[in-house]
Amino acid sequence: MLEVKVPSPGESVSEVTISNWLRADGDFVNMNDELFEIESEKATLSVSAESSGVLKILIPAGTTVKVGALACTIDTAASAGTVPPAKVEPSPAKAEQKGAASAVVTATAQKIASPAADKILREAGRSTSDVAKGSGKGGRVTKEGALKAANTPQVAAIAPAPVPAAALANGPVAQIKAAPAHMPPQVAKVAYTGERIERREKMSPLRLKVAERLVSVRQTTAMLTTFNEIDMSNLMQVRKEYKDKFEQQHSVRLGFMSFFTKAVTESLKYFPAVNASIEGDEVVYHDYVDMGIAVQAPKGLVVPVLRNAESMTLAQVEMEIERLAARARNNQLTIDEMTGGTYTISNGGVFGSLMSTPILNPPQSAILGMHKIEERPIAVNGQVVIRPMMYVAMSYDHRIIDGRESVGFLVRVKEYLENPVRLLLQV
Amino acid sequence: MKYDLAVIGSGPGGYVAAIRAAQLKMKVAIIERYPTLGGTCLNVGCIPSKALLDSSEHYLQAAKHFGEHGIGTGALKLDWEIMRGRKDKVVDDNVKGIAFLMKKNKIDVHAGHATLLGSEAIRIVGADGKSTEITSTSVIIATGSKPADLPFAKIDKVKLISSTEALALKSVPKELVIIGAGVIGCELGSVYARLGTKVRIVEYLNSAIPTMDATMGKELGKSLKALGIELYLGHKVKAVDTKGKKVKVVATAPGGEDVELSGDYCMMAVGRRPYTDNLGLENVKVSTDPRGFIKVNEHLETAHPGIYAIGDVIGGAMLAHKAEEEGVFVVERLAGQKPHINYRAIPWVVYTWPEVAGVGYTEEELKQSNRAYKVGSFPYRALGRARAANESEGVVKVLADKDTDEILGVHMFGARAADMIAEAVVALEYRASAEDIARISHAHPTFTEALKEACLAATENRALHL
Repeated sequence: MLEVKVPSPGESVSEVTISNWLRADGDFVNMNDELFEIESEKATLSVSAESSGVLKILIPAGTTVKVGALACTIDTAASAGTVPPAKVEPSPAKAEQKGAASAVVTATAQKIASPAADKILREAGRSTSDVAKGSGKGGRVTKEGALKAANTPQVAAIAPAPVPAAALANGPVAQIKAAPAHMPPQVAKVAYTGERIERREKMSPLRLKVAERLVSVRQTTAMLTTFNEIDMSNLMQVRKEYKDKFEQQHSVRLGFMSFFTKAVTESLKYFPAVNASIEGDEVVYHDYVDMGIAVQAPKGLVVPVLRNAESMTLAQVEMEIERLAARARNNQLTIDEMTGGTYTISNGGVFGSLMSTPILNPPQSAILGMHKIEERPIAVNGQVVIRPMMYVAMSYDHRIIDGRESVGFLVRVKEYLENPVRLLLQV
Repeated sequence: MKYDLAVIGSGPGGYVAAIRAAQLKMKVAIIERYPTLGGTCLNVGCIPSKALLDSSEHYLQAAKHFGEHGIGTGALKLDWEIMRGRKDKVVDDNVKGIAFLMKKNKIDVHAGHATLLGSEAIRIVGADGKSTEITSTSVIIATGSKPADLPFAKIDKVKLISSTEALALKSVPKELVIIGAGVIGCELGSVYARLGTKVRIVEYLNSAIPTMDATMGKELGKSLKALGIELYLGHKVKAVDTKGKKVKVVATAPGGEDVELSGDYCMMAVGRRPYTDNLGLENVKVSTDPRGFIKVNEHLETAHPGIYAIGDVIGGAMLAHKAEEEGVFVVERLAGQKPHINYRAIPWVVYTWPEVAGVGYTEEELKQSNRAYKVGSFPYRALGRARAANESEGVVKVLADKDTDEILGVHMFGARAADMIAEAVVALEYRASAEDIARISHAHPTFTEALKEACLAATENRALHL
């Protein structure tokens, strides 16, 4: 008999919620099968079986427990044969015992999306694991389930990112080209029945923590936001011209995120306060950049950190983002990988945001918000021309960053991105 | 004016891509060098061959099988002019339908041969020699394929013909030699054999329709022989002589001895080559593989950004519906969507009678990859509907994963297999298990019960009517 205890998701966490059982009571589980998910104020993670056997659940889903509590047991003495068999045995004798086959198929079916559901999930950057339970035959993910998952607003995890940001490895290029056809994702729709129904749901520990931190940022900092706009023509041209070569050479796609990261790290060198933080009565200047980049994970947004982003090449930035995004997608990010950033970039553009004010991710003193690229008429040399434009916003802590610095910093970022060759020349 | 998308070639890949693009609010041009739209499929491929296959099968039924139903026909008469004329009318109606669809979707049709001049510019030279130029942000090459021939036996369109000429012969020949027992060889061979031609098919490999599941090739081979077709399998053609009144084809038998076959015509059906002649690939960065197929990445984009290629010209299965899927895939991606093509779930159909159809893995592929699988088969002769219809020749074979029961391949030989395969495609796309299909109600009496029974057999070897 193997006892499975609730593990600690990180230092200083004493309570977690068992949010979801992935296997049913009495199931035969194989070693490494995921058993349940726990949610804490810091992260969500899943717990796997260390041995094969029959599962006995001791704590129901939705219960908040202390770290170390006994969550379930696995009866390792029981063999697969004592419960619905894990393998199909097409022996006619057992035919009456109600489809052994279907038990197995059901387990795999839950990862299967219908063709339409698959397209919806991919366009929303989601996976079948975001669908709570497939409603199709054998638990298949149906179009209905995919639509629900795609339309469920994402909860900001760890860092209270202001606007949802997504992994930018692919960049918003597709959206630009698609301008005439692409519609922003629809918002989840609740059916109003005509009755005056109110529904109450308990906030998850994650949501509670996020709420608490968001309010605290408002109360403890002097936050305000500066705006600017970027003409993306040159950057898009560079990307268009070199994206294939870049991919051939570096085996990673050239997105816009690497350019933004480099533009920010270069600009921070001129404005050290933007990369600083307040500790007590001291200002801590960082002469390096650990860049937090918000990416999408199955349970919401996470902000993994690119260490020493200032010394990375564009290709290294793209590769690191891709690596971290993959870990995020698989729920593999460690707490360490998500803490200690000195600056954050967040992108609401992928969701269609035109302009917004990001909220600080303390103890950081500034955060850059990217938005969608949109063709707009602008004046250039006295002529009205149409250019792909992006609004950018930087929220900053006025306690240590002056207006002159924040505006100057953002203008510099803008100039780098409008003339990417300046990044190369470092001018 | 600049287009959002220019499609070169109006076959099923090209015109479907154009329509989808128009639906997505793009400004679209389609360029066609032939006088009618629709490409090989509508003009000299799928559609006319099916018209002749259906007509000739009616003739065969009247000649051979009506008596079994108690229907006397008297002296049967074949009017080839009318049969061929009906085929031409079917083609004509279909290509007009495409012209209507282009108009309805406000797609500009440019008549002429397209040559790529650079990233966005295309020159179009009309039949009258007049040259125009258009520009477009994105380009899809959908120029398709042409019948291939052998180095020592070039198609002359007189005696040594391709499928195109074979669809429009002046009279029904007495003897016809066909090189290649693939889909085209078997289909057109069937047409003429039914109408009384002595058909001889020479195939280099050891089975008819060699790319499909081997059971299917074996069954089809038997059926073709019963139709009176001589099949020379494993024979290597070494010479074709068109000088005399009859065409003479010399082939080496598996034993090493030579056989000589003669025919009024010899139809070359050894496959099709990608068609990129004078397309201007040298003006852009589009590259081709040694066999001339345009190279594309997983997004079907060529080495030249913004230029895509779909259908026969990029290789893979040369099927109209594969080209259609690819056309829609490229256009939807251009519009920022994220479509996906499951190439394993693209069905193959041979419109002989009985028909052959298959989707997914063949048994040979599963064996080769050492995948643990199980087989469930069900013969048409155990099917009430098939017996009632006097169509009891046939079998449905289901291949499923040994552990998960997931359907990996479905292969059918029998009446209406071409339509019945659709259910198997849906099953594959939804990754159904054999038991799933077995637990879904199938109307009785229908041919589709054969699939249900084969799935029962695959699940737990418990077919009900066997």
